[in-house]
Amino acid sequence: MSSSTIVSLPDQSTARVPKVNFLTKENGLLSWLLTGDHKRIATLYLISITFFFAIGGVLAGLIRLELLTPQSDLMATDTYNKVFTMHGVIMIFLFLVPSVPATLGNFLIPIMIGAKDLALPKINLLSWYLYVVGGILVLYTMVSGGVDTGWTFTTPLSTHYLNTNVLSTGLAIFVAGFSSIFTGLNFLVTIHKMRAPGMTWFRLPLFVWANYAASILMVLGTPVLAIAIVLVALERTIGIGVFDPAKGGDPLLFQHLFWFYSHPAVYIMILPGMGVISEVISTFSRKRVFGYTAVAFSSVAIAVFGFFVWEHHMFIMGVSNYSTLVFSLLTMLVAVPSAIKIFNWSFTLYKGSITFETPMLYAFGFMGLFTIGGLTGVFLASTGTDIHLTETYFIVAHFHFVMVGGMLMAFLAGIHFWWPKWTGRMYPEKISQLAALVTFIGFNFTFFPQFIVGTLGMPRRYAAYPAEFQVLNVFSTAGATILGVGYLLPILYLTWSLKYGEIAGSNPWQATGLEWQIQSPPLTENFTEIPIVDHDAYDYEWLERKEKEVPSVG
Amino acid sequence: MTVHGGTSDQPVVHGAHAEHEHPPYQRHHFESMEQQVDATSFAMWLFLLTEIMFFGGLFTAYLIFRNWYYPAFVAGSHQLSILWGTLNTGVLITSSFTMAMGVWCAEVRRKGGLVLCLVLTFVLGIVFLGIKTIEYSEKIEKHHVPGFHYSLKSFTDPQSDPEVYKDYRDKALAPDMARHTEVYFSLYFAMTGMHALHMIIGIAILGFMIYKAQAGAYTTGHITFVENFGLYWHSVDIIWIFLFPLLYLISRHS
Repeated sequence: MSSSTIVSLPDQSTARVPKVNFLTKENGLLSWLLTGDHKRIATLYLISITFFFAIGGVLAGLIRLELLTPQSDLMATDTYNKVFTMHGVIMIFLFLVPSVPATLGNFLIPIMIGAKDLALPKINLLSWYLYVVGGILVLYTMVSGGVDTGWTFTTPLSTHYLNTNVLSTGLAIFVAGFSSIFTGLNFLVTIHKMRAPGMTWFRLPLFVWANYAASILMVLGTPVLAIAIVLVALERTIGIGVFDPAKGGDPLLFQHLFWFYSHPAVYIMILPGMGVISEVISTFSRKRVFGYTAVAFSSVAIAVFGFFVWEHHMFIMGVSNYSTLVFSLLTMLVAVPSAIKIFNWSFTLYKGSITFETPMLYAFGFMGLFTIGGLTGVFLASTGTDIHLTETYFIVAHFHFVMVGGMLMAFLAGIHFWWPKWTGRMYPEKISQLAALVTFIGFNFTFFPQFIVGTLGMPRRYAAYPAEFQVLNVFSTAGATILGVGYLLPILYLTWSLKYGEIAGSNPWQATGLEWQIQSPPLTENFTEIPIVDHDAYDYEWLERKEKEVPSVG
Repeated sequence: MTVHGGTSDQPVVHGAHAEHEHPPYQRHHFESMEQQVDATSFAMWLFLLTEIMFFGGLFTAYLIFRNWYYPAFVAGSHQLSILWGTLNTGVLITSSFTMAMGVWCAEVRRKGGLVLCLVLTFVLGIVFLGIKTIEYSEKIEKHHVPGFHYSLKSFTDPQSDPEVYKDYRDKALAPDMARHTEVYFSLYFAMTGMHALHMIIGIAILGFMIYKAQAGAYTTGHITFVENFGLYWHSVDIIWIFLFPLLYLISRHS
């Protein structure tokens, strides 16, 4: 083990988790529900997000089970519509959007920049409560009959033709949206105003840069979704006519407003994940991230470009050919900063001392699957191929490669990577490496066949399909089962490790971030004294010098 | 070694707190009062940015439909009462002035002046909403509220509404274009409704602030809350300054 790993743990016979830390500082339910501590709020978020991820996952399982056979036999077609709608709503608004920022970002950003907390702790707590209210409203929608618009709420379907719970779902998204706005706002303020002395912009860890870019999108994009939902709600209730073609309103305008948020939302989801990958790749190849500045700016570039591509969701909906041309080009431009990241991570690996701990395995999974997901995005950006592929399973495969293959892998990489910091204990390495492998295999089995059925022409969002597509769908469903095991394993062994994991010590990975220089789990105030930063991010020589000066504290 | 690791094995000394006194309103996670004020006002400006994006969606819709259905927008606009609209604009600008004076009073620590200014702002806010209610009820009477009861009569047959007809001599709109007046009124209600909602929230916060100010909360020089609320109030005013000409003043020069 010793040569193939960088893990350095304290002597297990004498080491113990520090008695005073943010988890043990105060006891009782109220001390959690009224906390201002960003690490506790991150913990609350982690628990609630896992809960909703599990629900969304079960719904995904139901979808795959229905699609095992060509007929609509497990559930009625309108039930199927509700199931995939709820799957989409929960996974996007209650899992993917808040996943990395609200948990890892919340936990890490103040520590990484050398601050005691986020700038606005009360707003941070409010943001969690709003998330919970949004979640409860979604649960209410589910038990009171569901909604079957698809997560896109396309007008006039959502305004005129459905009698399902569009309003409660809309309210849920509106409320959860404010949770997201407040998180983003808090991050922006914190990163601007709370950095420790010496922590200049270009000394920030790339995780912070990535969350900064995602926060810009949250703050500027989400309000537009909010107003779009308000208008849908007003149209459903009092009957205003902004989206109603019978009165001269424009249903396409809804899509413009909706995608003005919901396309950048894709980058809200993926950017923080990219931040995680930067940290993980650097740590497990013992090298500074190649082209730090380029990677930092590519995050911002993705955020900026991300605002000018929304119309590619509407290529087949009668928008002008000239604007299609422009949006097609702009969409392809997003591939440039994304590729900058992938190339720079690859060059970071080059001649690095690579070890294959679990976070690194997930990071490799991310790089491969995100590349496939990104490149198939170029197919969809080209108007010619898009007309053939849009609304087929090709789209479903494409965004699941980016969101599940990319983002979820990054989320799991991050959870494993910072688990020792969060809990003070290690996760079991061997079984988690196995879980990473199972996830990767299960993922490819599930979603790769969908590229093929998509190009063959199988439309998305139908409970039934022609019999000739069955083989590939069976593959997909079988893969989903494997994938399910891959997600169940971490939930089990991470819970196990809370009590039985090895004591991690402060810096098990020998990583350079400020978060690794303090005890695990951290104190409530993070630092006893605000650090003065005198080195760049990922400076492993600085770490070596420091370790020589002071023997590491177990 | 410049990073001082927070470790519970080391004696925890709250050096910073022991060495020099912080004012009681400085939150523990800020290093200085200046940092706290900086951070909170930056947060407020960012929040106002989200407000601009929120109304931006409505302004976009307005831009598109006004270009498409200009005659309908003219006819719809002529149905609004320019008297009430102008009066309300005046009320709101005055309330911005009293709010600005309130912030100044807080800065120079005049409790009485602050309470007076806040109360005036509060009252002017209520007056604005009152006038808005009168306008809305006129719309309800004329069946100009979009939805099931919407009536095209004022537009297909303007002479039926002598009050408007005598001022503008609007020609009757073709039935197709007349129907689009409902889009105008949809935007009118959505935009002024969202604005009114912001006023209601503002007035509620004002009420809370008056209560706090009377108890002497803003006499210490720490007035971030008053300042930031002032920013909010002014921004809601500015939104109205855009809404007024866009909705009330379309082709009024004839």
